[in-house]
Amino acid sequence: MGIITRSFVNGLTTNGVLGASNINNASLNNITSISGPEMTLISSATASNSASIEFSLGNYKEYQFFFVNIHQSIDQAYFQVNFSTDNGSNYNVTKTTSAFNAFHTEADSDEFVYASTTDVAQSTANANLSILTGNGNDENQSGYLHLFNSSSATFVKHFISDLQCNYRVGLPASVNYKVAGYANTTSALTNIKFEFSEGNIDAGTIYMYGIGA
Amino acid sequence: MGAIARALANSITTGGVVQASAINNTSVSSVTALPSGVDTGDLVLISSQTASSSASIEFTSGLDSTYDSYVFKFINCHPQNDGRYLKFQFSTDGGSTYTVNMTTTFFNAIHSEDDTSYALLQYETGLDVAQSYPADLIGSVGNDNDENLCGTFQLFNPSSTTFVKHFISRISSSHDFPMANDNFVAGYANTTSAINGIKFNFHTGNIDAGTISLYGVKKS
Repeated sequence: MGIITRSFVNGLTTNGVLGASNINNASLNNITSISGPEMTLISSATASNSASIEFSLGNYKEYQFFFVNIHQSIDQAYFQVNFSTDNGSNYNVTKTTSAFNAFHTEADSDEFVYASTTDVAQSTANANLSILTGNGNDENQSGYLHLFNSSSATFVKHFISDLQCNYRVGLPASVNYKVAGYANTTSALTNIKFEFSEGNIDAGTIYMYGIGA
Repeated sequence: MGAIARALANSITTGGVVQASAINNTSVSSVTALPSGVDTGDLVLISSQTASSSASIEFTSGLDSTYDSYVFKFINCHPQNDGRYLKFQFSTDGGSTYTVNMTTTFFNAIHSEDDTSYALLQYETGLDVAQSYPADLIGSVGNDNDENLCGTFQLFNPSSTTFVKHFISRISSSHDFPMANDNFVAGYANTTSAINGIKFNFHTGNIDAGTISLYGVKKS
């Protein structure tokens, strides 16, 4: 038995299973894919005084958008979302949402309310994802939005978002704004758009991840 | 041909390729890195700490500009003493001090095991903080053998020297009064200095057991 064969056989179990000494990092050099990663970064966009940020959607079972340090150009504007079913030509999908928030000022007063003035009911207009927020130099908002099975031709499209914001209409405060709802269409969603109700997205990055291809 | 060689030969295709039956988890236990072309996903484990009657768990490395978003996962954290509150605080000097002011919101949904004592959604004015530290992450967790807390805490862009640092947390805990407690905390560390440390501890007593893992979310 040659040296190579002997070394190889010595690494085997009695059942013929390769042992640890039979495989090293180099053994896997021809592997280019493994059982699917759970979460895949698809794309990201960084605003630079941008009117909006738009993404094209595909066939992932879930999309997760992370908002990092979103900063607006105008004080007291709402951060909003809308969807398209025609590859971005129109953002006018009918939506119904619920919204509530916890509010706590730096001076230690608090409020926990359903946000009846900022939810939408069967509206094609943009849906709010946050309360009126500030544009102080260090103020921003961060959080995430989950969008489920956007390519379905059978079901309405549910989404859940959670934004942590700086509120500043006379008093600095921490606001945790939670929205959930559905795009009331059985057409596949092809695009998603984020923008403020007024002014531009001055800065910030939105990351788009796909889960469960 | 010996039995071993025959067994192996049966696991090799006529093309000379080793089939799945010839490799199991032990076979690859010496593999410590995958080729660069392999997509391993975009949620990256940075470090993990397991408590063993520990006063606190601190992460003073790994929080930097590598990622724009960091996720802490709490798995089966169990207090030494009954009815304890899990707290956290930030450091800007690598863990020498934990004195960063925060403003947070805190609300929870609770439901008792008897289905009658408690079933409500409430804002917890006693558990938020305004320009202070440390901050609470849960109401109360019991220390019965099966009681613990699990959940997620996400921190955004801690290395920014421009913005305050936002975070969002949701943790489920088994209350010392037998009930489910769904804790929602969010807020910001009111500093434009980079945050490079975080500490978790119960308000008194030790973290008897449990694991806290830190993940980075890839940004490219």
